[in-house]
Amino acid sequence: MEKTHTTLDSTLDSVDKAEDLVMKEAAAAGFDEDEQQQIGMAVRECAVNAVVHGNRYSKNKKVHLDIERSKESLAVTIGDEGAGFDMGSLPDPLAPENLLRQSGRGLLLIRAFMDEFDLHPRPGGGTEVRLVKHLPNR
Amino acid sequence: MSVKLTSRQVGDVTVIDAAGRITLGEGASAFRDMIRDLAAKGNKKLLLNLGEVSYIDSSGIGEMVSGFTTVTNNGGQLKLVGLSKRVKDLLQITKLYTVFEVYDDEADAVRSFH
Repeated sequence: MEKTHTTLDSTLDSVDKAEDLVMKEAAAAGFDEDEQQQIGMAVRECAVNAVVHGNRYSKNKKVHLDIERSKESLAVTIGDEGAGFDMGSLPDPLAPENLLRQSGRGLLLIRAFMDEFDLHPRPGGGTEVRLVKHLPNR
Repeated sequence: MSVKLTSRQVGDVTVIDAAGRITLGEGASAFRDMIRDLAAKGNKKLLLNLGEVSYIDSSGIGEMVSGFTTVTNNGGQLKLVGLSKRVKDLLQITKLYTVFEVYDDEADAVRSFH
């Protein structure tokens, strides 16, 4: 198992960095190009949530990115230092009355592209999201 | 690379050619500004060509929806052409294929406005 930890500032540049780092690990793990793109997009959506909604671009708050690569899967944990998050408060983006809303589709895409998704309070404050994608048998 | 946007006229249809990435930040805001500008100038038949768009995130999708609403509220239409499989998949996942008219061929899309 290969593990890396990266601490990132709360900026949109960090979103690109997180996406790049994870996509490189996904390629090294053996995911194909489509799967790499899906993983990258899921990470991008999580990182945006951490920077924009969690840390609110605060210079004093960091985004924590952990990547675990094994022969079977890639696991990514993204944590912020924000005020916490209630997933139940989000409207269903697929409900007809919400289809034309501008925002609120990030978690839908994350769930569609990853095999496992878990959102929980981060020890010490904030929110942590853990994403797992299993390598298909090829 | 962020998004590159240009517009051209095909008859009375304004075609917006987008290339690159439509993501949170510069890409999505450039896209928003272009749609609002064209709608404000009275363009009512807008065709968004996504043939050279490599990537759209949820913010980019949000701007497409917002653009659709802006144009529709202005009495116009915004349609899509040239979607990659990945972008088509995003529209499927988000059920937005029920909102947007999508074409594979530009000539067919242009004709559909008449």
